[in-house]
Amino acid sequence: MAEDLEAFRKDVRAWLADNCPPEMREPLKDVEDRCWGGRRFKFKNEAQKLWLDRMAAKGWTTPEWPKEYGGGGLSREEAKVLRAEMARINARSPLDSFGIWMLGPALLKYGTEEQKQKFLPPIIRGEIRWCQGYSEPGAGSDLASLQTRAEDRGDHWIVNGQKVWTSYADKADWIFCLVRTDPAAKKHEGISFVLFDMETPGVTTKPIVLISGNSPFCETFFDNVRVEKENLVGTLNKGWDVAKYLLQHERTMIGAMGQAAGVRPLGQIAKSTVGMDGEKLADTLLRTDIARLDVDLMAFKLAMERTTDRIKRGLSDPAAASMLKYYGTELNKRQYELVMSVGGAEALEWESERSRKGDDARTWLRTKANSIEGGTSEVQLNIIAKRILNLPGA
Amino acid sequence: MPLVLTEEQTMLQESAAGFLAESGVKELRRVRDERDPDGFSRDLWKAFAEMGFTGILAPEAFGGLGLGHVEAGVVMEEIGRNLTPSPFLSTAVIGVSALKHASEDRKADLLPRIVAGDLVTALAVDEGAKHNPARTAMSATRSGNGFRLDGKKSFVVDGHVADLMIVAARTAGSTGEQDGLTLFVVDPKTRGVSIERTVMVDAHNAARIDFDGVEVDADAVLGEVDGGWKLLEGVLNAGRAALASEMVGVGDEAFTRTVDYLKQRQQFGRLIGEFQALQHRSAHLWSDLEVTKAAVLKALQMLDEAPDAAAPYVSVAKARAGRTCTLAVQEAVQMFGGIGMTDEVDIGLFMKRGRVGQELFGDDNFHADRIARMASY
Repeated sequence: MAEDLEAFRKDVRAWLADNCPPEMREPLKDVEDRCWGGRRFKFKNEAQKLWLDRMAAKGWTTPEWPKEYGGGGLSREEAKVLRAEMARINARSPLDSFGIWMLGPALLKYGTEEQKQKFLPPIIRGEIRWCQGYSEPGAGSDLASLQTRAEDRGDHWIVNGQKVWTSYADKADWIFCLVRTDPAAKKHEGISFVLFDMETPGVTTKPIVLISGNSPFCETFFDNVRVEKENLVGTLNKGWDVAKYLLQHERTMIGAMGQAAGVRPLGQIAKSTVGMDGEKLADTLLRTDIARLDVDLMAFKLAMERTTDRIKRGLSDPAAASMLKYYGTELNKRQYELVMSVGGAEALEWESERSRKGDDARTWLRTKANSIEGGTSEVQLNIIAKRILNLPGA
Repeated sequence: MPLVLTEEQTMLQESAAGFLAESGVKELRRVRDERDPDGFSRDLWKAFAEMGFTGILAPEAFGGLGLGHVEAGVVMEEIGRNLTPSPFLSTAVIGVSALKHASEDRKADLLPRIVAGDLVTALAVDEGAKHNPARTAMSATRSGNGFRLDGKKSFVVDGHVADLMIVAARTAGSTGEQDGLTLFVVDPKTRGVSIERTVMVDAHNAARIDFDGVEVDADAVLGEVDGGWKLLEGVLNAGRAALASEMVGVGDEAFTRTVDYLKQRQQFGRLIGEFQALQHRSAHLWSDLEVTKAAVLKALQMLDEAPDAAAPYVSVAKARAGRTCTLAVQEAVQMFGGIGMTDEVDIGLFMKRGRVGQELFGDDNFHADRIARMASY
């Protein structure tokens, strides 16, 4: 078993050496270096496209998805080896995708065979970019009170309403969307999970400018949008189950964001900004903050590992995803407060090349949304209080 | 190694939990209220031996179970839940970890007696108010065929009941240096050793020990002369990780009792657990405990699998356990309210043990500092 894994490692290493273009081994310069794929995506260069196509051909954009849909079919251990080997050569992610992170797992669990055949391969190959239609102006933390309506017209629905905080809706090709199919039912019981093309007549999007100066989110409007019934995922009026399952994946993903590669160790950055006094940082209070953060970052990484290991062993806690989401996002905010503190005045520059166009500042501002999106920290604490601690009235 | 207990480890956990819950927190009260001269029950310690716990880390060749630090940690966590006074940490974890480095003859003499529950050991390291082994000042000077020990030790766990002490002293270098330390195995009855039992806030054992011209033979040396630092660190790391596991038990039990209380206590005509202010604090604490449990299990696994790389994991575990346990016991007393301030309710006993656990073998500041040093900033 261990030998098989070593043989696999050798093969992966050799394949990566031959197939990962040198440009794709350089650190990301800014967010525009990320590859999101989709019908309208403009590749930054030939290397980016080559890297995506080669990885997709192996199914390695989704290493653990079944081979029959074009996934890698790897075991968890093999996938770990692949990630480690990619990290070893600093290989960039070939594809960032809500299709991979969110919709795919939900389709694998709730989708029909036809839906899996139709939707999974283009996700794996980066041909279709997805966005998520969940929040509405009146349905944030209280998501189940959403009002976007789908009227039954026999073989299709007509959808009317508005979504908000739709990430990259203006760049996405398709949307997975929560709509109300039974306005008479209780709020959790009249919701369905449907898929439709963003080019369908009646769909419009409007980007929202955020405090970071970027516009990753949109308002999305539906005006008599036709949605085919074959694009219902799961059971009619039981879309909340699909939504919750998908949210668990989203929460784990958001919780893990602060752990992603790319943040240089703060202790090392601080050496140049505050200087050293002997073997210690000259600013001893800042040093304490950084050391405490390092302790917690390492512990949180282990907590993510432990959660995965417990799920594998059938020991999962019903609110483990909420714990990771809550703890990880709060930790990430704390980390970026320190990034700004360590960077000092240099981190405040908004446009210069030195600051990579204010990358740290913009990311710092972006992290503030981490504990809001995908269910606020307060909502996660409510879920833990209810499902784990069984506190009364929670 | 997955961060979950194996089936065998889970079975051990269940048997330790059942066994220690029998004596429960009332055993600590008995020891404290009766002013038990030993500070622990010899009968209970014998029962530890019958359960095999005393020999968890001892090699099978010497009558032990030959198991690892994860298993020792499993027992420690249950000790924490029950606040059990016992020499498990000082003897079965630290004593055995240190004496594994002794000569074969000495191991054959001492380890079976530890396994049988007939021998208690104590590690004498600290000299000041704060744990800082590199600042060891106690001197060991060559004298005749051996060494002469002069100096003072404090916060020596089980120091007044130990049949044998492992003592860190300086054979070279100056205070603050890691080089120049040597470990000695010393019989507490040796002339020049005077021991003062220090009754502590948590009613667990500790002592101050004076060494005034104490003569020991050359074969009292454990490991290398002047080169004891690595051995001492290894032994301390075993103790730190085990103690972190005990503190998870202390914090988790205090938390469990608190959540139970929130479901019983009524004010303003409803259960106080209905108040979101308390729900969110409880949910935060649960999350904090989960993260700390992961860190502690990883440290114990590293001690078993890759001890040379374990140091940062041990420091993360001990720092996290210190902070989490401190938060857990403070929230416990606050949420119990007035009744939590009374001696009649056990929750205050958890707070006291948590405070001692924080301090022993380095508090969370000490270990966060170690993390910074290891990353050279």
